[in-house]
This record gives sequence, C-alpha cells and structure tokens, in this order.
Amino acid sequence: MTTETTGGLGAVVAKLLPSPSPIRFVDDGGEPVDEHGGYRPPPDELLVQAYEAMVLGRRFDAQATALARQGRIAAFPSSVGQEACQAGAALALRPGDWLFPTYRDSGALLSRGVDPLDVLAPVRGHRHCGYDPYAHRCAPMSTPLATQAPHGTGLAVAARWKGTDEVALVLLGDGATSEGDFHEALNFAAVFRAPVVFLVQNNRYAISVPLSQQSAAPSLAYKGIGYGVRAEQVDGNDAVAVLSVLAEAVDHARAGLGPMLVEAHTYRMGPHTSADDPTRYRDEAEVASWRGRDPVERLRAYLRRRGLLDDAAEAAVTARAEALAAGVRAGVAHDAHVAPTDIIDHVYAAAPAFLAEQRAALLSELDAGGEGAR
Amino acid sequence: MTTSRPALVSPGASAGSAEPARDARARAAGPGAAPDTAGSQPRSAPAVSMAGALNRALRDAMAADERVLVLGEDVGRLGGVFRVTDGLRAAFGERRCFDTPLAEAGIVGFAVGMAMYGLRPVVELQFDAFAYPAFEQVVSHVAKLGARTGGRVRPSMVLRIPYGGGVGAVEHHSDSSEAYYAHTAGLKVVTPATVTDAYSLLRDAIDDPDPVVFLEPKRLYWSRSPVDLPVRAEPLGQAALRRAGRDVTVVTYGPTVPLALEAAQVAAGYGWDVEVVDLRSIVPFDDDTVVASVRRTGRCVVLHEAQGFAGVGAEIAARVQERCFHSLAAPVLRVTGWDVPYPAPKLEHHHQPSVARILDAFERLQWDDEPDARWLADT
Ligand SMILES: Cc1ncc(C[n+]2csc(CCOP(=O)(O)OP(=O)(O)O)c2C)c(N)n1
Ligand SMILES: [Mg+2]
Repeated sequence: MTTETTGGLGAVVAKLLPSPSPIRFVDDGGEPVDEHGGYRPPPDELLVQAYEAMVLGRRFDAQATALARQGRIAAFPSSVGQEACQAGAALALRPGDWLFPTYRDSGALLSRGVDPLDVLAPVRGHRHCGYDPYAHRCAPMSTPLATQAPHGTGLAVAARWKGTDEVALVLLGDGATSEGDFHEALNFAAVFRAPVVFLVQNNRYAISVPLSQQSAAPSLAYKGIGYGVRAEQVDGNDAVAVLSVLAEAVDHARAGLGPMLVEAHTYRMGPHTSADDPTRYRDEAEVASWRGRDPVERLRAYLRRRGLLDDAAEAAVTARAEALAAGVRAGVAHDAHVAPTDIIDHVYAAAPAFLAEQRAALLSELDAGGEGAR
Repeated sequence: MTTSRPALVSPGASAGSAEPARDARARAAGPGAAPDTAGSQPRSAPAVSMAGALNRALRDAMAADERVLVLGEDVGRLGGVFRVTDGLRAAFGERRCFDTPLAEAGIVGFAVGMAMYGLRPVVELQFDAFAYPAFEQVVSHVAKLGARTGGRVRPSMVLRIPYGGGVGAVEHHSDSSEAYYAHTAGLKVVTPATVTDAYSLLRDAIDDPDPVVFLEPKRLYWSRSPVDLPVRAEPLGQAALRRAGRDVTVVTYGPTVPLALEAAQVAAGYGWDVEVVDLRSIVPFDDDTVVASVRRTGRCVVLHEAQGFAGVGAEIAARVQERCFHSLAAPVLRVTGWDVPYPAPKLEHHHQPSVARILDAFERLQWDDEPDARWLADT
C-alpha cells in the first residue's frame, strides 16, 4: 500500500470516485435544483458569458453544416447539443492555459478566440490546422482518437516543471475512452501529478456505436479510479454545472493536486458528420427525448428566471451570432490561397536536399501547367 | 521538365521513340476502375461497384464458412462507413458481424485470439491512418506468430483497410500505408484495382492460411463495372497485365492502375506503346510477370501514390534492376507522391502522381540512348 492511508483505503477511494449521479444545478426546464454535491455555483457574469458563447457556437455550427450541405466545405462534425461543454471547456481556462480539442470541438475553439475561418480550415480544405497553436494555446484539433490525451499530459507536466501554474484541458469523446492512449494518459497524469483535466463529452455515440456497446463501466468517470485519478460526472447539458465542475477541476489541477477526469453526459443531436446518416442506427424518438434537454434553452430559461438576461441582451447576442455567420459565409465564399509548395515547405525545419529537389520538380510541373497545376 | 516532349502524334505513329510504336493492341481504359479482364463477362452483367463486390465477397465467404466473422468499428448496424459490411449483421447475426469498442490495438489483438482458436476473423480498420494504433499487434503478433511457433499457430485473418487519397478527405484519412505492411515479413499485402479483383482477391484472402492485409483503394470504391458475381480471377500472388505494349512497362497497383491506363492512352499519342502491369499482390511479389514484361519492353516505370522514399516502388525498382539489368535500356524510374505527409484536400492533386508526371518519366527513358542529363550534372 503506497497510498496515503489516513482514513484508510476507503477514504482515499471516496475522494477519487465521482458522485453517484451527475452533478446538476439546473433541471431540464431551467429550474434550479439541489443536486450539486457541494460544488460552488459559478459567478453570474460567467453564466452570461457562457450563454453568449453557446449561442454563437450554435449559430456557427448551423452555418458550417449548411455550407457542408452545399458542398462548400467538407463533411462537418457538428457539436449541436454539446454547447455547454464547448463553451464550458473554453471558459474554464485562463488565457495562459492550454486546450487540446478534437475535430468536434470547434465551439470550444471559437470561444477561446480562434478566428472562425481558421477553425474551419480543415474542412475548407487548404490547411490541416488553420491557427497558430501557440497564439491561442490550442493544440491542433486531433482526429486520431485519444492521441491528444498524452500530449496534454506531457505539456502540463512540462509547464509545471518550468514553475508555471498553467493547466491543460483535454477534450475527448465517449468512444475515445476505449483507446489505449486515453488509459495511458490517465496513468501518466496520475503518476506525474500532471495539472491536466480530461473532459469526456459522453454524447452517447461513437459514430454508430452506442455507449452500451462501448463500455460496461457504471459511468465513464469510473475509469479514473484505477489510475488514482479523481473523477466527477456532470450533466453536460447544464451549463451551470459544467462551469462549476470544470472550475473545480481546473483549480484542483492548478493547485498541484493532480489530474481530474470529468465525464459530461450529453447527446450528439446531429449526425456524426454531415456525411453520416444516423437513421441507420438510432431512433428519432431517442433524439426527440433529448430535444427537451437542450443546453442553450435551459441556460436561457435559467438566466431569464434569475433576471440575468433580458430581451435587449438576447437581441444583442442574436445580432452578434448573425454577424458571425455572415462573416463565415463571406469568408468561405473565396478560397484561401495557399501555395502548392506549402505541402513541402513545412515538413522539415529546413528542406533536406532530396526534398528541395522535389520542390523544384513540383515548381516545374506548375510551370508546365500539367495536371499538378490544376 | 516537359519542354522536350515530342509533339503529340496520332497513336501508332513513331515519334521520339527509339522503336516505332506498334498498333494499339490494348483496350481503351475509361476513367474509374481498370477494365475487368477476368473471364469474359457479358456486357449485360449488372454494373457492380467495388464496395458492392467487397460486400458480396464477405457475404459469400460467410455463407461458405461459418468460421468467418467480421468485426470492427461501425461494421454492424451502420454497415461500415463505406457500407462494405452493409446487411451482414442482419443476414448472419451479431456473432458473425459485430461492432467492437473503439480500440484498434484491441480489435486486432482480439482477432488474433479468435484466429488462434480456429475462427477466421475479417477485421475492418476504418481508415488507413486509424490502423496505426494496431501496429504493434500487426507487427509483433499477426505477422510473427507463424514463425515464432514453428508453424504451429497460423493466425489466418484478413485486415481490411480503406487506403489512399483522392477523395478530398480531411487529414489522417488519405494515407497510403502499404509500405509499412509490405516491409513486415509474415504478412501478405494485396490491393484490388478492379471490381472483379475486389471480389476475387478478398475471397482468396479470407481462404488464405496466412494473415492478409487487404488494402481497399478508397477512390475506387464507387467505380463500377458490369461483372457477374461470384467471379474468380488470377489467384492471390499473381499480377495481371492490364494493357499490352512494347515500349515501356508501368508497374503499379491499386488506386493508380486506372491512372497508368490513362497515361498509356495519352502516351500512345506520343508514340509510346505502354504496357501496364497491375501487381494485385504486393506481397507475395510476382517477379515472373514483371520480369517477363520488362525484358520485353526494356524500360520500366514504377508508379504509386505513396511517397517514394523507401516505398514499395523502391523494392520493385531494385528487383527489376537485379533481374533485368541486361534488358534495360534506361534506369528504372519511379513516379510517386512527394515525400510529404498527405496534404490538405485542396492541395492533394499537387501531391498525387498525374498523367503529366508519368509522361515526364516516359520522356526520361533515354529513347535516343542519351543518358539523362540530370544524373550527369557535376555536383
Ligand atoms: C484512432 C482512430 N480510430 C478511428 C477513428 C474514426 N473515427 C472518427 S470519430 C469516431 C467516433 C468517435 O467517437 P467519440 O470518441 O465518442 O467522439 P464523438 O465523435 O462522438 O465526438 C471514429 C471511430 C479515428 N478518428 N481515430
Ligand atoms: Mg461520442
């Protein structure tokens, strides 16, 4: 037994285990509920800020989905239904912290201040990553599942060893928690007491595979205990709860108490990407049941009830969302120009001779106006 | 680079070629999959897509042998992201076609265990780059078990992997990963270029005692040919001549076979009579067919989409050089993608081999018996 034994193993385990049901501050109808297990309510200004971020995120998502349907951008992975997690992840962090997003986390990137057109770069098709990861402290969106989890862990430890109080937040899906990289990252994070938070957006599907076939764990948050990682589960459609639990997790990490795993229960309202046909694997009735738990509507109702949001404020948010969408439409309308040689220029710090030779060959193909120059 | 290309002339005329080009004996190749040559398919046969032929091959193999089962991500209810496993779960039940948790190392390792127990797993790894988490299982176990156990354990299984670019996909969905597998002793590596081969090679792969990495060219999934299924072509391990020609042999496989045929058509206009060999099977490598062809033509261009450095083309060029040295009138040239990670979709065409890039290679084949000046420059 190497764990601190004050209070015995039972007490250690109790500190690490998630609460038996997801943390909630607000019910599906926007009414406050007392299911927050002692977590502190977030400040009112943060809730208003989150609301705006969620409305903008949803408008952006709808615009991107429309552009994908028109064939103007490639298949887009929508995060509709997950706005509380998206905004929550970004707002839980300070500017000096780091975010490790997946392909689905464009809402989080937007909220973190990344230019919407740069967020869309992969689906616009001209670059794999449209933004400078150092400028925004956002790693490139990760497509190979769970591979970003060890990255966030390593970066967090490096930051700690340098003496900063920076925190890394890693976003993951439910499916990704089956990958080895996720488990290895949890273990590393615990062993090195990394200031890292893993936020699992359990949207109940990995493409077509439902959670029931993905994991037999009582909750994905229970995956922390075996590694000695403190875990919590939260209603991922309750923005108040998400902000509260993430604030606690980030504080915990920042204070040097080690990593935390947070499972947010949410639902992927749309298809996996705009190229997917979810009717092949799930019932409309199931989707409909989640419509009544919409995170944006829920926060809106709560804020109005609390007198934190009025018609004028809502109108202002809507106007900003429309402006954002218009900017995206206009920006996507003309192709971002990237030189063909860009495919060669960044592979090495300086192109070795064999690659410089290929660059010259590409240029002469372009001169000749061959097919490479299409 | 293209400045010295001879003027375009009509096929059959001689221009810039040491030998006069012969009559075009080859069939014209349309876009999409290479023409299906197996048997004499009636023109009235229904047009089948490559994805459809693969689906039918799985179906027929499962019906023929109850040890055959299909597993992977989204292969069950969804029928696979490319619909190759469509309907199999409904037809054969949840123990014959099933979704696994999302973990490629786990999937392949699990399949190894099943194969050890006598089942015949056919694993779908969703995309080329998403097979990488399984690399350890593939290299250390799937490939080595036979040798490690003195032949007592043969993990007969098929790893189906959609591969290659040209479909406008976002990153990590377009890798040509064949060289990793081809380099790994103990694996067979095959890739179809025609609808007929999609069916025939997959049936062969499932029946094969050795583990087979079955690479499916994504960009040919929806290519169609009139083929009456079931159909069998040359056995696994044998290459096929897709076009006969006298001046130069293009050796290629999978997604670039149609491109080679297209280039051959264009080259005919320049007076180059091009032979196209479709390897079908990278491992085992059909030296006989390739060597016979190059000895006839005296010139060889190797074509693939994967980056060239340490690629399959390097192996082919070396084998041809070793076996055909005295028949070669020019160095064996490679036409490949550049040595870069697969580019973003809007730039992918700058990476991929094109007809122009292939014709540039033809032009450098020392038709006037003059060495390629590029190799003589005093550096
Ligand atoms: C290593 C790896 N395997 C497979 C895939 C293909 N793939 C992309 S998304 C996805 C499902 C992921 O599900 P989940 O982790 O729940 O995230 P979600 O898409 O629901 O946000 C799969 C299988 C991948 N991107 N990476
Ligand atoms: Mg999911």
